[in-house]
Amino acid sequence: MAKTFLNWPVLRQLTGSDVLGRGAAAKSARSEELTARTSTADRVARSVCPYCAVGCGQRIYVKDEQIVQIEGDPDSPISRGRLCPKGSASKNLLTSPMRQTTVRYRRPYGTEWEELDLDTAMEMIADRVVSTRRETWQDEDEDGHRVRRTMGIASLGGATLDNEENYLIKKLFTALGAIQIENQARI
Amino acid sequence: MAEAHPVGFQWVVEAMNRGATVIHVDPRFTRTSALADEYVPLRAGTDIAFLGGIINYVLTHELDFREYVLAYTNAASIISEDFQDTDDLEGLFSGFNRETRTYDETSWQYAGREDHAEPAQETKQERQTAQPLQHESHGISLQDEPPRDDTLQHPNCVYQILKRHYARYTPEMVAETCGVPVEQFLEVCRAWTENSGRDRTTALVYSVGWTQHSVGVQYIRAGAILQLLLGNMGRPGGGILALRGHASIQGSTDIPTLFNLLPGYLVMPNPADHGSFREWIEDMGGGAGAKGFWANAEAYGVNLLKAYWGEKATADNDFCFDYLPRITGDHGTYRSVLDMIDGKVKGYFLLGQNPAVGSAHGKAQRLGMANLDWLVVRDLFEIESASFWKNSPEVETGEIVPEECATEVFLLPAAGHAEKEGTFTQTQRMLQWREKALEPPGDCRSELWFFYHLGRMVRERLAGSTDARDRPVLDLAWDYPVDGPHEEPSAEAVLREINGYEVATGRPLASFTEMRTDGSTLGGCWIYTGVFADGVNQAARRKPGSEQGPVALEWGWVWPANRRILYNRASADPEGRPWSERKAYVWWDEEQGRWTGHDVPDFEVAKSPSYRAPAGASGVEALSGDDAFIMMGDGKGALFVPQGLLDGPLPTHYEPVESLFRNPLYAQQANPTRLEYRREENRMNPGGADAHTDVFPFVFTTSRLTEHHTAGGMSRYLQYLSELQPEMFVEVSPALAEERGLEHLGWCHVVTARAAIEGRVMVTERLRPLRVEGRTVHQAWLPYHWGSGGMVTGDSANDLLGIVLDPNVLIQESKVGTCDVRSGRRPRGQALLDLVAEYRRRAGLVGATYPPVLTTGKGTEQ
Ligand code: SF4
Repeated sequence: MAKTFLNWPVLRQLTGSDVLGRGAAAKSARSEELTARTSTADRVARSVCPYCAVGCGQRIYVKDEQIVQIEGDPDSPISRGRLCPKGSASKNLLTSPMRQTTVRYRRPYGTEWEELDLDTAMEMIADRVVSTRRETWQDEDEDGHRVRRTMGIASLGGATLDNEENYLIKKLFTALGAIQIENQARI
Repeated sequence: MAEAHPVGFQWVVEAMNRGATVIHVDPRFTRTSALADEYVPLRAGTDIAFLGGIINYVLTHELDFREYVLAYTNAASIISEDFQDTDDLEGLFSGFNRETRTYDETSWQYAGREDHAEPAQETKQERQTAQPLQHESHGISLQDEPPRDDTLQHPNCVYQILKRHYARYTPEMVAETCGVPVEQFLEVCRAWTENSGRDRTTALVYSVGWTQHSVGVQYIRAGAILQLLLGNMGRPGGGILALRGHASIQGSTDIPTLFNLLPGYLVMPNPADHGSFREWIEDMGGGAGAKGFWANAEAYGVNLLKAYWGEKATADNDFCFDYLPRITGDHGTYRSVLDMIDGKVKGYFLLGQNPAVGSAHGKAQRLGMANLDWLVVRDLFEIESASFWKNSPEVETGEIVPEECATEVFLLPAAGHAEKEGTFTQTQRMLQWREKALEPPGDCRSELWFFYHLGRMVRERLAGSTDARDRPVLDLAWDYPVDGPHEEPSAEAVLREINGYEVATGRPLASFTEMRTDGSTLGGCWIYTGVFADGVNQAARRKPGSEQGPVALEWGWVWPANRRILYNRASADPEGRPWSERKAYVWWDEEQGRWTGHDVPDFEVAKSPSYRAPAGASGVEALSGDDAFIMMGDGKGALFVPQGLLDGPLPTHYEPVESLFRNPLYAQQANPTRLEYRREENRMNPGGADAHTDVFPFVFTTSRLTEHHTAGGMSRYLQYLSELQPEMFVEVSPALAEERGLEHLGWCHVVTARAAIEGRVMVTERLRPLRVEGRTVHQAWLPYHWGSGGMVTGDSANDLLGIVLDPNVLIQESKVGTCDVRSGRRPRGQALLDLVAEYRRRAGLVGATYPPVLTTGKGTEQ
């Protein structure tokens, strides 16, 4: 449409059906050309907000293997499509420039982080679990009770994790005899 | 709620639009207060006095819902005549041993059932193992009906005991203690009682700061008593709703990463009580002749052990019960941290948790981590708990010197919620499955991946070992299907194991009632059985709310058995009819001979209301048709708790450990059974009658802001949220600002016996000075989200706290303390340590003497 006097938004608002000026009257040629990221996404995953325990539904839009938008899920009877500031910011949780995507290693007495590849880190951690367990193993406690455990390994965390993850964590640690396994529910 | 659970609050607003009255009780005026009909500020740490006052109002005016109370609570049950109450014993109950600071529960039992008490030495063991958590979920264990007086006149029936116990909690006493004017308090009493009964229900909503007190469990008990008396439990629009703060903190309690529990609230065995498989089962309520659903504990236990050790677990070896490690005391997170400082703990995993900022006594947390051999941090960001060795406050003061700190740190990047699939359990016990949106970037991996492969690698290292200690690891059922470029284990396969299945066929179990004791079925968490019923992932159900009724049974899946309201049998009268048309929810359909309604009935579906358990019946059969509280041994909601609480059968007002006031009700000042760690680094500020309470003359409390999340590990590293709340601040009233010369937006620092931290001053009428015991008390408020990392940095409020714990659940008192507030920034380096030391000296917190825990001479020596 040519740029004419008739195209002034205020005139369109006064003469058209959009009296409040919140719809067609306020649209520019540019805004008409815009499309929502949600409509051009390759796929959408049904998810849940990772912050508080209300459990608001999320729709996560992915394009070219990048998250392009996270919206409240209107189908959720819990949240009816709403998200609070944290839920609304959760795309930023995954795309923040501060996010760590590689392993960092601090050697004893080190003053800086060092790089370490994931496989090596895993091997080193498995070695430490095995040796610490061996060194701190108790068949019996001080009173002679059979306890078969290690008091040398502790863990904290789980309230932000999935049930399936907590299940494997507790299962493995219990088999290893590590009992000081705790999470936010104690705090 | 509007601050920390904003989207949940939309339902409160919805209720208000339909005429509901909302009352908000909080030390600080928040976004919730702004929308509430009535805002009631109170002194932090006085909630039992406040609720006790309402209980007293209900009982004095006989406003309880009598039919409900008689049928569904233990109001009519008669308690042992040996029971003595706090009125007689200056704030202690009968059975208190001064030496061990524990109770012998014998005199708290139902009359004639005194032998059901846990022996005293077990009570001592319990205090160390947080076993009341077990009793909370397992309920009282009984084998026959306790004596009753349905007229409620017997002097030792629960109703009369309750009445006497709370008689002192008058409106005037509430005003004196809590700082709530009598007229305002009575308005709350009237609103609550008038809106409860046959036609109406009132909901009690709390956030879990309520649990963070030295009497936290009794706070919630006080709420439960009130809601039971008013007939608000198990009914629509009623209940007690705990607003939990993390996406799956409910799930991590159900499938616990907790030291004293196994999945489904089975207990971690200890050698004293659980020498054999049989003893373990019996202690969980599965003994011969036991009543209620815990009578099936053997099936739950066998199925868990089968899920852990698969084909190696057989009836002949007690399903590898012997493989479970034993707990022998307090192994809670605070004990572990002090053991790190003492060099006993060598390796530590932090999984999406930031104790350097989020746990009480930040300095103890960081000094503990600085004394490990190795630390594995799995997180999205370089949180303070990963970088304590280079930028913590202790590096600034010289208490941690990087070149001298031996801790080896692995910071492993974690996958975010969109980058993995699995279930969260939200605060109403609802499991919701998340689909995976995309692969995690770089080296980021899920915990599922990390632990599955760590387990695989440890097993490879131990393969061929003949050492008996390695059998539990090598015999573990640890073969999950993996998929994709990173060999990600299948979360659905794990969920299937959690649900349980028939071993021979792999058919998923539809209900925990299908679990067998002979090893022919297995299941990792009995309360979650049904989430994979018919081989369908029920947690992934997403029928739009707009296409369902308000209960929305086809969205997600709620444990147990997809029931949305627990104990909903109580929504009908003893005969099975709705209490009123308006509040109809679940009822007995005589024609069909079954329970029906809007929800899945929390009752055996074909058990008629008129069913009476035959004498000598056991298990579920022993529950009569009107025993609505099916997890309790006597089928009744517990107004009075004979078994399982370490600090008394009834909630009683004790002052917070750090308090400016004497307990106005009893000589005993604070919880006599609290757990304290008396160590130099863990000095508590003086309280009550102690000398020098004036050194820390103000009360402080902490909570959350909408724009941040707990210790900030998921919010301070984000651009938008950091911009919305960029800086640590301290809220004070204009009066306190005037008294201490604090300038709005200027700096101040807050001092306790542990630390001094700084923040911007926010002078606001959101905090009001209160009149308590004839004095003015100032309360300061702090958010606890900041630390040295992230896009916006600041001091950590939790550094101010000492460690003192509720005896039942070992949770810290972190929502009330005393402090000083001073103008200007805090000193740096050694000068900071000097300032705190100077305060300790002035407060008399030096040397090996500590103030007495017991402030009454009552109780027995042995
Ligand atoms: S969007 Fe807000 S209210 Fe909803 S779950 Fe997330 S943090 Fe909680």
